[in-house]
Amino acid sequence: MSEELLVTARDNALIDPGLHIWTWEVAMYLFLGGLTAGIMIFAALAIVRNREQEAPFTAARLALLAPIVLSLGMTTLFMDLEHKLFVYRFYTSFQITSPMSWGAWILIIIYPVSVLQILSTLRTGYSFLAGFVDRLTIGRLILDWCERYRYEIALTVIPFAVMLGVYTGILLSAFSARPFWNNGVLGVLFLISGMSTAAALVVLLARQHSEKELFTRIDLVLILAEIGLVALLLISLASGSAQHLEALESVMGGSYTIPFWVLFVGIGLLIPMLLETLEISGVNKSLAMLAPVLVLIGGYALRQVVMDAGQESTWTNYDTQYSSEVLQRIHRSD
Amino acid sequence: MVIDTKTCIGCGDCVVACKTENNVPEGLNRDWVVEATSGTYPDLKTEFRSERCNHCSNPTCVTLCPTGASHLWNDTNIVLVEPEKCTGCKACIAACPYDARLVMHPDGYIDKCTFCHHRVEKGLDPACVSSCPTGCMHFGLIDDPHSKVSHLLKTREHKVLNPETGNDPNVFYLI
Repeated sequence: MSEELLVTARDNALIDPGLHIWTWEVAMYLFLGGLTAGIMIFAALAIVRNREQEAPFTAARLALLAPIVLSLGMTTLFMDLEHKLFVYRFYTSFQITSPMSWGAWILIIIYPVSVLQILSTLRTGYSFLAGFVDRLTIGRLILDWCERYRYEIALTVIPFAVMLGVYTGILLSAFSARPFWNNGVLGVLFLISGMSTAAALVVLLARQHSEKELFTRIDLVLILAEIGLVALLLISLASGSAQHLEALESVMGGSYTIPFWVLFVGIGLLIPMLLETLEISGVNKSLAMLAPVLVLIGGYALRQVVMDAGQESTWTNYDTQYSSEVLQRIHRSD
Repeated sequence: MVIDTKTCIGCGDCVVACKTENNVPEGLNRDWVVEATSGTYPDLKTEFRSERCNHCSNPTCVTLCPTGASHLWNDTNIVLVEPEKCTGCKACIAACPYDARLVMHPDGYIDKCTFCHHRVEKGLDPACVSSCPTGCMHFGLIDDPHSKVSHLLKTREHKVLNPETGNDPNVFYLI
């Protein structure tokens, strides 16, 4: 046998008995960040590929959601910080080796890029909002400029949105101390998942039938890609060293098996894949609205389960003989 | 830092010394003692290890810190956190393969073992080392070939924790 026990009282908050530093706030941010990336990519692609007739919602109206969704995500991210007053410290330095530092700066760049993207289609998409801007001469000039260069703006949006989508995954995969996260698939997986949730959002919000159908098809392709990437993630863990095998165990019989397989793979990928296939082939359209809802749930489930299973995966695993309840009992008897 | 597991008795004085010296709040610990037992009864072997931040030469907590709050002190391998730069994002906690970092409550910045650099710069040993009743802990410069720690590492069999992490830890255990 081999047993390693903590014999002095260690009960460090968020660390003992297992690491649990990040909760739903960070998972929600990763989800909303990915969704924002997807929103911006599709809104830009609709312009670049000239699909304004076929997908009017995506081309003209979708982009407005990006800063709203992202701001919600940044709010939950802020809620997670333990030393909130010092949040400005993200912007007093740039640490080239820290994906989180890259992310902080990408977020700052995303906002002006997103505003340009919104302005470039504001008159078509939200004429009443454009009306307010047009009242000012400078506003009118800006809208004219953005509209004239909307193709170029859309081209500029794509790389930044892709960076936003990928970074949320790289953020986690850079932790060599957490074997579950520590592989290169995560960045691409999170990007594809973000695009899939954005496609689902379009299916839910678009009015035009052809647009719903187009994005159902796009989503199906993305789901298939995501299934492939999940398989690659599992293969890379399964062919790893002892720490990776132990990390894999958490979703193969361990405590995250049900959230991973039922909530993410089942409800988030396989059922929507089936529903979308039935819909596209024209067999059954009665459940058409269910698939995008499930995709959105699955997108969140992916972040939550990867975050939870990842922070518990570790190099150091001591049993502890100490119970914080004992300390509380002593206090009570005082 | 060099710790002799053959003479450590697991008394926990190092833990108390650290809490007292550094005013570590209740419920939080910068160091701890592990009792590792291996073998099959009756051939059991027990090893006591006083553990803390390994002040790695390749510290992933410093690499992944987004603000530069986690840093190496004065070009030594002593890893410190500057509370005024720390946002409490907890990336360094996840980045540490030894789970050696903690959140200071109620303040919120991240804290850890400092190798008592405030004592070291006065030429003193860290509090845990100077309070050890069995004298099993040693502190000094490994770069200096004449130091006590270099001598111990040259003459005794030793190990570090999880060298496979690639972090290049600097707390050595004599075995």
